[in-house]
Amino acid sequence: MTNLAISLLIGVLTGAGVYLVLRAQTFPVVLGLTLMSYGVNLFLFTMGRLHTAAPAVVGATEQSADALPQALVLTAIVIAFAMTAFVIVLALKARAALGNDHVDGTHIPQADRVIDRRKEPRA
Amino acid sequence: MTDNLISLLVFLPVALAAILAMTGQRAPALSRAISLAGAATLLIVSAWLLLGGFGNTAQVIELGGWSAPFGIVLVFDRLSGLMVVLTSIVAVLSLLYAVRRDEDSAGPHFHALFQAQLFGLNGAFLTGDLFNLFVFFEVLLLASYGLLLHGDGRKRTRAGFHYVVVNLIGSTLFLFAVGALYGTVGSLNLADITLKLPQVAPDAVPIVTTAIFLLFVVFLIKGAAFPLYLWLPGAYGYASIPVAALFAIMTKVGLYSVLRVDSVMLSGNTIGGLVETTALIAPWLLWLGLITLLLAALGVVAGRFLRRQIAYLIVASVGTILIALGLVTGSERELAISGALYYWIHTTVLSAGFFLLAGLLIRHRPEAGDGIEAAPPMPHAVLVGSLFFAYAIAMAGLPPLTGFFGKVMILAAALDSPLMAPIFAVVLTSGLIMVIALARAGSRLFYQSQATPGHPAHAMPRGARTALPGLALTIAPLAVATVMVVGAQPLSDWLDGTAQQITTPSGYLDAVMPDGILSPETAPGKLGQEYEGGKH
Repeated sequence: MTNLAISLLIGVLTGAGVYLVLRAQTFPVVLGLTLMSYGVNLFLFTMGRLHTAAPAVVGATEQSADALPQALVLTAIVIAFAMTAFVIVLALKARAALGNDHVDGTHIPQADRVIDRRKEPRA
Repeated sequence: MTDNLISLLVFLPVALAAILAMTGQRAPALSRAISLAGAATLLIVSAWLLLGGFGNTAQVIELGGWSAPFGIVLVFDRLSGLMVVLTSIVAVLSLLYAVRRDEDSAGPHFHALFQAQLFGLNGAFLTGDLFNLFVFFEVLLLASYGLLLHGDGRKRTRAGFHYVVVNLIGSTLFLFAVGALYGTVGSLNLADITLKLPQVAPDAVPIVTTAIFLLFVVFLIKGAAFPLYLWLPGAYGYASIPVAALFAIMTKVGLYSVLRVDSVMLSGNTIGGLVETTALIAPWLLWLGLITLLLAALGVVAGRFLRRQIAYLIVASVGTILIALGLVTGSERELAISGALYYWIHTTVLSAGFFLLAGLLIRHRPEAGDGIEAAPPMPHAVLVGSLFFAYAIAMAGLPPLTGFFGKVMILAAALDSPLMAPIFAVVLTSGLIMVIALARAGSRLFYQSQATPGHPAHAMPRGARTALPGLALTIAPLAVATVMVVGAQPLSDWLDGTAQQITTPSGYLDAVMPDGILSPETAPGKLGQEYEGGKH
């Protein structure tokens, strides 16, 4: 049951991430990358198999959890965190330099003057 | 002694990066000296190790003294040694250019990022561990993001965003692949995975196969193969000149990983005794290489400024090398890999040099930059034009320069392939297309100069007076190419030996895992006993 829940969670996170990465605005893309990294972190974690009440200390209990995926996931979290921070700054820089938040930086005429975002032309 | 020197190749740049991050702003002159000295040291040490024959048998360095499947190992053999030497050559060239042209002061921390990039590159070439490869990929990518955005420019920012997003997606896929491999095979060490692949449980075989394919997708994203190369022309075309020159080695990291993992892990192996892996990836490489090469040649035609054309030439070289790596028919494989490595050296050094030449054009033509359009005449037009001509000949693969020999070796290896006809057709046609594109570019750049009233012929644009000494940097890669032509025989003999080493993975496996697979029961030392104690 837990296995199914975790697999579904990984699937949903990754799927949502892929969908968002395919959007045309930079902010959803950044969110998508974040969700994908959550998905892959969970995936890495479960690669050590799911155990209950099994510490990652060999010999402490009957069954010990694999410590390696935990180390891997820690590395992956740190890297993904740094990358997210970087890509947000880059997206802001692109927004400032290009005048809009389209991923291709395509200038949309009058986009600057549109105040109500709902009326902004879809790119 | 040699162990320490090999570790130095990885740890010197990271130590320097840390120092340079502190000195970068305060003492620019000192930083330049440190950075240049570091890159020169890397070149000397790696060349000494390689020429001294230390790579003839794979040298394994166990970090922290932990033996292979438990600790992380660095492996120095001819292939990884050659890659490190190439990295150092390109690094020295682009650093000298950056210092000479003052490009390093266009933004903060150029030298720290540069050394971090070298750390990532050398680490990726030397590591024998898949997760470690991921970490080094991240290091080199993070440094490359910083370098790509070095200086400023709207187009650079836009191209940088694409580059970062594509590579972050690639990193995510890499983690999925590595995780799936660890979950099923139970190891991250390349040699250990290789030995354990035949023992994979039958129900895990599809997962392992998928993970391996995913791994190669990631390598091909980094290596810029069809259909995942579209990030490259933008990123390389808009990067500042020394950075673009350094990036000439970046696609080779992806190709190196393809070659390394394919030759060690997959050649002559099976997954769980069910899936033969020798020809699992190679046919894909061949076809993708053909498509990449053809589309890249068209990209060269379409490029409207020289740097973009060079970027597409790099993609074309990726295609050519992939074609060679995709040839798996028996002994021809050795020949193909040897040819591919010759072409590999040629394309890395010369595309770096070509970028430096584009930088020269940008300085000499203040109005048009490296855009392929007519502009007022430039100083030293004959000399610069001759250099362009030499580069164009070499890159398009015409005799008598290196591109031609590389292609001949690869085509000679393809003679026995069942796909000989399409390989010849694509390689020769794309060569012709590139010749036409570069000839057009050359005639626009150098023949159709317009003498406008403000700019009489032979006027010196501002800042161009110092051009002649700077030309040495642009000529140096051509000198390397000349040496490669004159010394083609000994070089190709050496590369044959290298190819032989690559195609006999048992040498690599024996060096990394001398005792074969270590089960918990047979593992030497304390670790095994403790593990055993935990099991019962």
